[in-house]
Amino acid sequence: MENERETLNIVAVGHVDHGKSTVIGRLLYDTHSIPEGAIDRVKRISKEKGKPFEYAYLLDAFEEEQKQGITIDTTEIQFRTPKRDYVIIDAPGHKEFLKNMISGAAHAEAALLIIDANEGIQEQSKRHGYILSLLGIKKVYVLVNKMDLVGYSEKKFLEIEYEMNRFLNNLNVYPLKYIPISAFYGDNMIEKSENMPWYDGKPILEAIDDFEKGKGLENKALRFPIQDVYKFDARRIIAGRIESGQLKVGDQILISPSNHVTQVKSIEAWVEKDRVDIVKAGMSVGITVEDEFFNKRGEFISHVENAPLVSNFFEANLFWMGKQSLVENKKYKLKLATQEVECEIFAINKVIDATTLATNDEAVVVKTNDVAEVIIKTKESIAFDEFKNNQHTGRFVLVDGYDVCGGGIVSGLVKAIATVNKFVKENLEVNVQCFDEYYMLLPGQDIQKFTRHPRVYTIGEPLPVAGDTYSYPTSFNLIDLENQHVVKVRNSKFENLLSLEDYSYEPVVHLNTLGLTIKLQSADDYQRFINEYKGLSNPKRKDEFFAKQWLNFSKYRSIGFKQASKLNAEYEI
Amino acid sequence: MDHLDQLEAESIFILREAYKKFGKLGMLWSIGKDSTVLLWLANKAFLGYCPFPLIHVDTTYKIPEMIEFRDRMAKELKLDLIVHKNEEALAAGMGPQRGRLECCKALKTDGLQQVVTKYEFEGLILGIRRDEEGSRSKERVFSERNQNSEWDYTNQAPELWDQFKTDFPKGNHIRVHPLLQWNELDIWSYIARENIPVVDLYFSKNGKRYRSLGCAPCTGQINSNASTVEEIIEELKHTTISERAGRAQDQEDAYAMQKLRKEGYM
Repeated sequence: MENERETLNIVAVGHVDHGKSTVIGRLLYDTHSIPEGAIDRVKRISKEKGKPFEYAYLLDAFEEEQKQGITIDTTEIQFRTPKRDYVIIDAPGHKEFLKNMISGAAHAEAALLIIDANEGIQEQSKRHGYILSLLGIKKVYVLVNKMDLVGYSEKKFLEIEYEMNRFLNNLNVYPLKYIPISAFYGDNMIEKSENMPWYDGKPILEAIDDFEKGKGLENKALRFPIQDVYKFDARRIIAGRIESGQLKVGDQILISPSNHVTQVKSIEAWVEKDRVDIVKAGMSVGITVEDEFFNKRGEFISHVENAPLVSNFFEANLFWMGKQSLVENKKYKLKLATQEVECEIFAINKVIDATTLATNDEAVVVKTNDVAEVIIKTKESIAFDEFKNNQHTGRFVLVDGYDVCGGGIVSGLVKAIATVNKFVKENLEVNVQCFDEYYMLLPGQDIQKFTRHPRVYTIGEPLPVAGDTYSYPTSFNLIDLENQHVVKVRNSKFENLLSLEDYSYEPVVHLNTLGLTIKLQSADDYQRFINEYKGLSNPKRKDEFFAKQWLNFSKYRSIGFKQASKLNAEYEI
Repeated sequence: MDHLDQLEAESIFILREAYKKFGKLGMLWSIGKDSTVLLWLANKAFLGYCPFPLIHVDTTYKIPEMIEFRDRMAKELKLDLIVHKNEEALAAGMGPQRGRLECCKALKTDGLQQVVTKYEFEGLILGIRRDEEGSRSKERVFSERNQNSEWDYTNQAPELWDQFKTDFPKGNHIRVHPLLQWNELDIWSYIARENIPVVDLYFSKNGKRYRSLGCAPCTGQINSNASTVEEIIEELKHTTISERAGRAQDQEDAYAMQKLRKEGYM
């Protein structure tokens, strides 16, 4: 039966000018998948431009794309082999259009990563490889294109294979095949090339039939995110798409995060022929339930024994496409399945250069086209899964302003989290901000304080007494006036923590919890300082006069500079 | 689930997202096969209650059978139908003799813009498909238009994992495209499976039929003996001619559709 043929979505990715559109255009042309009208149109345009037939124009439909010879936005075109139907997605290779590449690749289950044999592995070859790993696309063939330019050299082909494997294997991407081709001359496209007798594999057209289509979403745990609730007539219908698993009439179901339990009463349909008692992954359905709680969009329906995770804190890997950098302490909108919630980036754990895999643990922002490991905190608890357990409910996007600017996958729950730097001794504890950094963010020039690597210190532990924007003596006493504690630091280590009433003045540097110097020269100064603090009408209200008299910001501290965002995206035409 | 089940489920998901997200939502109904399939899908998505109005931008040049079919269906299905004509342009004598692209712009693009402005639509559902022509193959499912209905196609927002664009400045609107992934053969296979009524013009009479419907002066017939849905499906499996070959406005210029659509054409 025609409709029982399966469809596989394949995306072509790789560096700009390495021939993605030409590979696809050629495949479509040689398999007669393009109607005459479209070919005539390309013939006409190619001729007007005094060029030979440009296969890429079959996909690069925009005038701007044809004029500049680059792909700006992603295109999807269908074609078929005797085995099955394909949707081939052409993605732009230009760094400027990474967001379009991602929009295309996110639709795909398999990928062709195209590398120019002559130019070798380039920046976007690697970045696209990284994006594939983040999107969870594991079925990858690497096509080494333009083999004609390197004299069909097996040595060159093997070099690229070795180098690309070294890069991709680090990301847990293991290409299933490497195929040497020349798309323009048709080598190893639909037939085996006579120019490369050393290649014993299949040409592309046959090789793509070897991609195995993923199965089993319907055998996973039930995830049915509520899309909407309708009350067009007497029925109260919960509508949505089953993302994974199966649901039957009579099933006992759990609704998360509200934690209600009820039973499926009916599965509804408009026309009688669509009426069923069981629905499965991929279907858009409408059901009614026995107990009518207040259900809202976003909640997950699951079976009781196999519930999703529920939390407002999780770790994620994400890629950032926004023009404005991703920063901590700013509100974003997070969309995961049908949930929408305000969130902030609680911590940027590290930023990864997707082309070298170098990591930067000190980064305070995530710039356009970077990938990062972050901790996200949502305003309310949401339901989700780890991406490795369920791709559909373990991925999310971040909206900044009007646009989707980032995509991410949930790597896990955050277990114990230290939110501040803290000194602890027995039942005493002091929260401090003296190890925070102050930065003027450029170009906006706002000054912000950043908490870096928050942790809990116990007696005897070494301390970061010098940072990027502060440098304390190796010995000092830190006074917490609000909670009446003193921390003693000696030789850059945490020596003791005691109650303020047990403390008597010592001739060392005194700091407050922010790392500001307290202007104390003697025991008399100390006594006046304590008395004045007690005399403040409301000690919790920071008194300007008191601060001016006793505190000094700049003795051991300064304000650094940080580039908050890189506003002009780089062109590399 | 077979291929058509998957397409149907995805389209229903998209229609439901649009309904949830846009307070003022309408669906364009050109009376052709695609938007009639869309009407069917909307009934499935909302269990028989299509909760938004249909809009027909009437150029007054439509083939008369299309208007008869429109009025008959609207009555049978009790549709909430908005019919709009760009009266001003018509009064000033606009027609294809003034230039096909000028005429499309005035009677369809501008006509549609007038409807959007008048009813303050935030979302418009359209039955376009990627396989129709190049600029449509580059579309997003939720595609933003500015206050003048213009499409900034060189800077489209990212769209991934069915997280569609639902945030935009007031005055702009979103074109929602639930049929983007369908092809012509899918449409006819679905019409056959669901037994969906379509206008007779698609079926061969005297060796000719319409493959794509538009305005009478600018729409040609193809040579065909396909007089049933099944025969059309069989014919499409073997054709090498593109669907819109009979649509004169497409052929005016190599980038005619891109130019029309940039300005807000469907």
